[in-house]
Amino acid sequence: MADVTLTNVSKSFGKEIGLDDVSMTVPDGSFVVLLGPTGAGKTTTLRMVSGLDKPDSGRVTIGGRDMAGVTPAQRDVTMVFQQYSLYPHLTVRQNLEFPLKSPILKTPQDEINRKVNEVAEVLQISHKLDNKATALSGGEMQRVSIGRALVRQPSVYLMDEPLSSLDAKLRSDLRIELKSIQANSGATFLYVTHDQIEAMTMATHVGVLDHGKLVQFGSPREIYENPVSVYAASRLGQPRINVLPADVFSGAPASATHIGLRPEQIMQGDGEESIVHRVEHLGDQTRLHLSFKSHDLITVTDAHTDLKAGDVVKIRPHEALYFGADGARVA
Amino acid sequence: MSFSVTEPTKGTKWFAGILVVAYACITLVPLLWIVATGFKSPVDSIAYPPVVVFEPTLEGYVNLFTDRTRATEDMLEAAGPPTTWYDEIARERGTVISGPSRYGQRFLNSVIIGFGSTALCMILGTMAAYAFSRFKVPLKDDLLFFILSTRMMPPIAVAIPIFLMFRNLGLNDTHLGMILLYTAVNLSLSVWLLKGFIDEIPVEYEEAALIDGYTRFQAFYKVVLPQAATGIASTAIFCLIFAWNEYAFAVLLTSGTAQTAPPFIPTIIGTSGKDWPAVAAGATIFLVPVMVFTILLRKHLLRGITFGAVRK
Repeated sequence: MADVTLTNVSKSFGKEIGLDDVSMTVPDGSFVVLLGPTGAGKTTTLRMVSGLDKPDSGRVTIGGRDMAGVTPAQRDVTMVFQQYSLYPHLTVRQNLEFPLKSPILKTPQDEINRKVNEVAEVLQISHKLDNKATALSGGEMQRVSIGRALVRQPSVYLMDEPLSSLDAKLRSDLRIELKSIQANSGATFLYVTHDQIEAMTMATHVGVLDHGKLVQFGSPREIYENPVSVYAASRLGQPRINVLPADVFSGAPASATHIGLRPEQIMQGDGEESIVHRVEHLGDQTRLHLSFKSHDLITVTDAHTDLKAGDVVKIRPHEALYFGADGARVA
Repeated sequence: MSFSVTEPTKGTKWFAGILVVAYACITLVPLLWIVATGFKSPVDSIAYPPVVVFEPTLEGYVNLFTDRTRATEDMLEAAGPPTTWYDEIARERGTVISGPSRYGQRFLNSVIIGFGSTALCMILGTMAAYAFSRFKVPLKDDLLFFILSTRMMPPIAVAIPIFLMFRNLGLNDTHLGMILLYTAVNLSLSVWLLKGFIDEIPVEYEEAALIDGYTRFQAFYKVVLPQAATGIASTAIFCLIFAWNEYAFAVLLTSGTAQTAPPFIPTIIGTSGKDWPAVAAGATIFLVPVMVFTILLRKHLLRGITFGAVRK
């Protein structure tokens, strides 16, 4: 139950830039997903909030309290690490008990048992509780690692790609579970993922990071529909936004060098001709790979389309996004 | 790291087996010789060619643990019949036992100093190694090299300064002095070995513990130490073996209350002729603690001496 703010936070690791003057306000009870490729600063942001790393300059506050000099233990945050980091000398149960037994919490044993069993149930690892932590599959380790965060009720949850090595079914189960934990507890989540669906379905806010800079912060819808740059636009959307030279279609603003077309922004039926060179039936939708003036495009069409490779489809842009030479949005 | 491992053939296995057994035999023969000599009579112990089959006697052990005086027939008669089995053994040689020898006490000194310095060395070494492994220490590489450099000359090269220092500090012939000395000599080895082991423990475990509500020291104690157990055990064995076997400093710096077994054992020879069985008995008993300690920790040692070779 706390908002988190970063004010002009910078951090470098030798010559590598971790974060470059990042300011961000994570409202109380929100679910913020951080997007960006490896090295963009997502994990560094989590480590700043957790207190594992200290900013070179700038301020981090949690619940209005300045975190300078406050140890990770005192911050009332929990973190799911990308590398799981289960204590290898302990069993699964001991791993889950570990945070509850800390000198700060000193939970009574029956309370510990109740919480551990409850969390193990949710994560479907009850049958593994007495295993050594090292005798688990990758997915099981990841669930224990999530469990270690869920046994407590901290004010801020930090999660670094917590669902990355789970199978599809479990992943969608846990997506819903995490979302409902967040909704019920009112806790603040900072969540790193590469997964589009996780970002779109779970986030109340999305932060897009690029080389340590926060380039856009807003609701997933806002970022999807109104991206500030090509970079931000290509973070969300599956299939990805198509980026072509602006002059392939008429009607581009003068300052635009590129046009960005999301699949639904490509209208089929009239306009200019393109050639279908592959059709992917995904069940609920069909992806069309098109060749248009020697550029490749991907769009979606009817699930039951009769189109096949070699066919000609007429397309035209509809409410397209335009970007300037530096990648910034111009229209 | 990847290894291409081919299953050894039956022939290779046999060859390797024979080689290991042969090597074990070669190294074990002197050991067996010592143990056997401890149970021989003085005549058998110096017989040439050596006797392999002999009538075992505990004379060596009795001589080791007792002081005896040569007695005339009259004195023996006056003393009455022997009351214990060791009395009897002594009488057969025309001596009477006048009291216990100092071996027991010297042996105890070895235990106190050997294990004491090993324990101290482990405590200091683990903490220093952890600090070098995890924290930004100014001049870290120089400091580490300096620590290593203390091991580059034979320790006995500084015997005279240490002797003078000990005399002025009143540490001569004290348990504390010997514990400090052996700790100082072993510390560089233990810091370096342990740093290697701690480096291999991913820092994420401690970070997880820090977030789970533990302080840095609690994380060290609860998360790092259990995982460093292998390294600590094998390093402890190395330290103990050095401190246990050390001879030169022990001769130089101890003579009475704190004298360890190594300088004492040779003095047994002189007391009543060349008493090789007693010396051998002393050496045999002296071997036991290190052997027991090593056997107790052997599970860790096996993994320990392969150092980083095993992929975790």
